[in-house]
Amino acid sequence: MHPLLSRDSGKKMLLLGNEAIVRGALEAGCAVAAAYPGTPSSEIGNNLFFISQAENSSIYFEFSTNEKVAMEVAAAAAAAGVRSLTCMKHVGMNVASDVLMTLAYVGVKAGMVIVTADDPSMHSSQNEQDNRIYAKFANLPMLEPTSPQEARDMTVEAFRISEALELPVILRTTTRTSHVRGPVELGPLPRDVKKRGVFEKDMRRWVPVPAVARIRHKVLLKQIEKARSMNEEFGFNSLSGTGPVGIVASGVSVCYVEDALMELGCEDEVSFLRLGFTYPFPKELIGCFLKRVENVLVVEELEPFIENEIKIICHDLSLDMAVYGKASGHFSRMYEFDPLMVKKAISDVTGVDIQKPAMPDLSSVPTLPMRPPTLCKGCPHRETYNAAKAALQDLGMEEKAIYPTDIGCYTLGLLPPIQMADYLLCMGSSVGSSAGFSISTDHKIVSFIGDSTFFHSGISSLASAYHNQHRFCLVVLDNSTTAMTGHQPNPGIEIRPPGYDKPRIPIDDVVRGLGITNIYKVNPYKKKEAVETFKAALSGDELSVVIAEAPCILYCKKFGGKK
Amino acid sequence: MDTKKILFTGVGGQGTLLASRLLGQAVMDAGMPVRVSEVHGMAQRGGVVESTVMLGGLNSPIISAGEADILVSFEPLEAIRALGRCSASSTIITNTVPIVPFTVGLGQAEYPDIEYWLQFMKDNYARVCAIDAETMAKDAGTVKAVNVVLLGVLIGLGEVPVSREAMEETIKHHVKPKFVDANLKALSLGYEVAC
Repeated sequence: MHPLLSRDSGKKMLLLGNEAIVRGALEAGCAVAAAYPGTPSSEIGNNLFFISQAENSSIYFEFSTNEKVAMEVAAAAAAAGVRSLTCMKHVGMNVASDVLMTLAYVGVKAGMVIVTADDPSMHSSQNEQDNRIYAKFANLPMLEPTSPQEARDMTVEAFRISEALELPVILRTTTRTSHVRGPVELGPLPRDVKKRGVFEKDMRRWVPVPAVARIRHKVLLKQIEKARSMNEEFGFNSLSGTGPVGIVASGVSVCYVEDALMELGCEDEVSFLRLGFTYPFPKELIGCFLKRVENVLVVEELEPFIENEIKIICHDLSLDMAVYGKASGHFSRMYEFDPLMVKKAISDVTGVDIQKPAMPDLSSVPTLPMRPPTLCKGCPHRETYNAAKAALQDLGMEEKAIYPTDIGCYTLGLLPPIQMADYLLCMGSSVGSSAGFSISTDHKIVSFIGDSTFFHSGISSLASAYHNQHRFCLVVLDNSTTAMTGHQPNPGIEIRPPGYDKPRIPIDDVVRGLGITNIYKVNPYKKKEAVETFKAALSGDELSVVIAEAPCILYCKKFGGKK
Repeated sequence: MDTKKILFTGVGGQGTLLASRLLGQAVMDAGMPVRVSEVHGMAQRGGVVESTVMLGGLNSPIISAGEADILVSFEPLEAIRALGRCSASSTIITNTVPIVPFTVGLGQAEYPDIEYWLQFMKDNYARVCAIDAETMAKDAGTVKAVNVVLLGVLIGLGEVPVSREAMEETIKHHVKPKFVDANLKALSLGYEVAC
């Protein structure tokens, strides 16, 4: 049995924030979940996947082809009265945002939770966008846990709030709340989970043609005001201390503040408001708090989301007080925080000195060799890159070649000695950007995309490229798994996790189905043949697709090469 | 209970995450507060892998410059790289067997003189234990047990509120059955070298 299915209510487990979210969802009776993997959210989907694979599982889970599809799957289940969840990394929310913005209008019947895992400092992402802004943009309630225990508790609570408001609720984590482990006290799992619902037709609700959308926008704004009053009483907002210096924080910043107050010994100087329900803002709660302090320091990573709201509240209440945070230069809008950074800011506003530890002089430490992440030893992608490069060299085209790339392990082709990754925006951008380069330059365009990324957002771009007669060579690096995020299945996979019996969609069939005839297959380990095939694919001037088939070596090890 | 900030650092594949997880589990089982933070995703592809274990009610998942009470390094170059996170009063436990990064072969930087830097650590930090954990792990039955050898040292030095017996129980319950014996032996070898 999967450890997260323990019926031992009250027991403590050392869980990752992401695992705690899964446990919370199971306790809340979530019966449908769908996701596309992405760090730092991946362990949520992975655990749900393994749990759903068991016979008589209380939950259905699927890896959908992208975040938009996953959110639609979850939205429909919730519209039919079945509790649902979808999870994604922050940039995945961009893909799903078309769904999100209108889902807020039509709402849900059963509870629906949308987990967005942000990545301040970009540990494994292409940007560090602050997805709290999506809550404000879409007008949806948002909770932010600070610890694994809160991740579990808030997930349970998020389902309740969602159902009460008939709106999906956003649960926002960051790398440091998703990937932190701590004791979590389990609650009871439900005996019965509602797995089937009934969709009740309502043309004035579920089909947002303009006349309906106008009504639903009004409903949304009314519901978000209800959410605001719920937030005024919300148990996960808490106040401690009675000192003159106000501090407000949410998410992992709460941890830094708590540790700093303890280490500086200045609990008596401050009043600390920790917010767990960060949209819509509990205006009265914050207003009362502001009235009892002399100034306020807002501790939040990335954008001044709470800070700006506090400034509005100060204005509305005619409070003339200093609000410290991003604008005052105490904190940056870039990158994640660390404890010392927060301690320094608190020291500055309270006047309590930091005890600096004695540090040995490290000025003689030489420049140390770095350990950049790299493609694994024996990784097939490396062979594919080398074969493509050799072919371009033989054809005398290497000088003028450019390499639009995509998101996956193979983005590491950026680094020496390969250096075959020149342009990247987002999932699937290799194809669309190749089209753009083909009409605006004379370069030889060779672009790279992985199998999972191809299904995520490569297909419609490839249809567009073929129809609009663009000229480039698209190399599909088909390693039969979603490798970077931990080997999740996708529709194209030949090697399968045990018990995974969903139908396979061969990539070459898809490409052929679009009407493309220049299709080549290579085995990257057969070097000579691979180079010759690449030469054939690259010599022409029209669109060609090369599918490099060789499974991820780590994935093969994991599932013993079972087909 | 005193607060303690423990930084684990190593190279992807060395088992740093398992070590911090086992320590966290043992601390939790002893009824004490603990937070463990991990690195997942891109950073694991052969890069530096860091994790932290925070004891005594600390909640922050990161350790700032000069604030680590204990550094447990799985590789000597990584110990040097992490010195900025230590203060003069820190305890440093490090494996002495290098894993040379591929960037050295590419001529980007030289691998530092380990003997010199181990002496530097001994001269400048409160407590330093540098051992060949790889040979000890091999003696225990698997080179993969470097992580548990180092955990043994950490416990043997009395730096964490976890007994050898408690860690043995944790290993029995949380390590794959076929690796339990080798890991118990590795723990004991590390423990004894520290005592």
